[in-house]
Amino acid sequence: MALAKRIIPCLDVDKGRVVKGVNFVGIRDAGDPVEIAKRYNDQGADEITFLDITASHEGRDTTVHMVEAIAEQVFIPLTVGGGIRELDDIRRMLNAGADKVSINSAAVYNPEFVKAASDKFGAQCIVVAIDAKQVGDNHWEIFTHGGRKATGINAVEWAVKMAEFGAGEILLTSMDRDGVKSGFDLGVTRAIVDSVNIPVIASGGVGNLDHLVDGVKIGHADAVLAASIFHFGEYTVQQAKQHMAAAGIEMRLD
Amino acid sequence: MSSKLCAVIDYGMGNLHSAHGALQTVAPDTKVVVTSDADVIRKADHVVLPGVGAIRDCMAEIRRQGIDQVVAEVRKSKPLLGICVGLQAMMERSEENGGVECMGLFPGEVKFFGNDLVENGEQLKVPHMGWNRVEQVVHPLWAGIADNSRFYFVHSYYVQAANAAQVKGRGHYGVDFAAAMGEDNVFAVQFHPEKSHNAGLALLKNFLAWDGQA
Repeated sequence: MALAKRIIPCLDVDKGRVVKGVNFVGIRDAGDPVEIAKRYNDQGADEITFLDITASHEGRDTTVHMVEAIAEQVFIPLTVGGGIRELDDIRRMLNAGADKVSINSAAVYNPEFVKAASDKFGAQCIVVAIDAKQVGDNHWEIFTHGGRKATGINAVEWAVKMAEFGAGEILLTSMDRDGVKSGFDLGVTRAIVDSVNIPVIASGGVGNLDHLVDGVKIGHADAVLAASIFHFGEYTVQQAKQHMAAAGIEMRLD
Repeated sequence: MSSKLCAVIDYGMGNLHSAHGALQTVAPDTKVVVTSDADVIRKADHVVLPGVGAIRDCMAEIRRQGIDQVVAEVRKSKPLLGICVGLQAMMERSEENGGVECMGLFPGEVKFFGNDLVENGEQLKVPHMGWNRVEQVVHPLWAGIADNSRFYFVHSYYVQAANAAQVKGRGHYGVDFAAAMGEDNVFAVQFHPEKSHNAGLALLKNFLAWDGQA
């Protein structure tokens, strides 16, 4: 009897539509975010993550309204990310109904922001997103701008620092894997999970249900995030949970 | 027939959108309001005391706004539901923030899970975040919810009840803790029913249908 591992469907939202890119290019339309979030809620998703991938370029009002609409219909935790740069961005998303916000580039440019956010709103609602790429044997670096810009920062050291700065959770995306369906980068996942004492969500690369099992069993992840396997109807969230439970992983099935 | 009124107490600690939305969804005929107005709270048929964030800040606002006085009245008269830090605020004291005196509706303390929480040789992460089981003790608010159902938790401090008879739901995460407390017309939970999908919604529905008789 223990805490269940979580499955988190992720909605990458561009101009009000759920999309999915392969390595962040080649975008495919998957539908309306509110409808999709509701569907995953009904299928037994443990949480939902909403990433506004247009946020860096455009106004945020659409996102706020969409988060409000999702929060009215979805009674599981909701994380919102994309373009969170100031305390006021966090306040707006929490007020719209988000339970957590995910901070990505802003943490890289200004780590103190994570500290300020955690002090102000509590570690439980601050997720730090880390986009990592393998650059050598057992060596991963942080990239920003959808994987285009190297920072030279060691991903494992960065995760440890973010936990010290008050992150409540880490959302780790392997940029080499994102959208290519060959499974999580289990090396970086395990290296980070075993280095911090906060939950880690593995993301990037899920192509089948065994990849989710590997993320937990080999990568030691506390939660697994996937997008396209659910968006295009290959699997339901419930099928994924049953599959993980059958592999001996503690899941919420009720 | 006039519709029933449910007051969700707003003392400025975090967003109550979710709690309001979930309560309104399970009881479309009840008027659910988010309020800090003592008169509205006194008039309500059901009262919810939520809470997020640090206990020091929560208790400071509860005292500053006189919420403790209103809660003292409510606890004698009508169904009251505490959620998360709302539960913790009902205990005698918390060791968070160097020690904070709370409202004392239930005897017992709020303690830190600690940084060395271990189970079966595995280091447990703190906060306790995610879906965990609750072992029920017979109470009307569990009606129709399977025993050991999972609810969504997110907390670093847990309730250690002094009166075991008041523990209405048992949780376990490295240590045993009170996941639900109850006495007479008061019920309080450590988890977030408004984020706990079907099981959570069922509990909220039971609460709004409850007459306060345990």
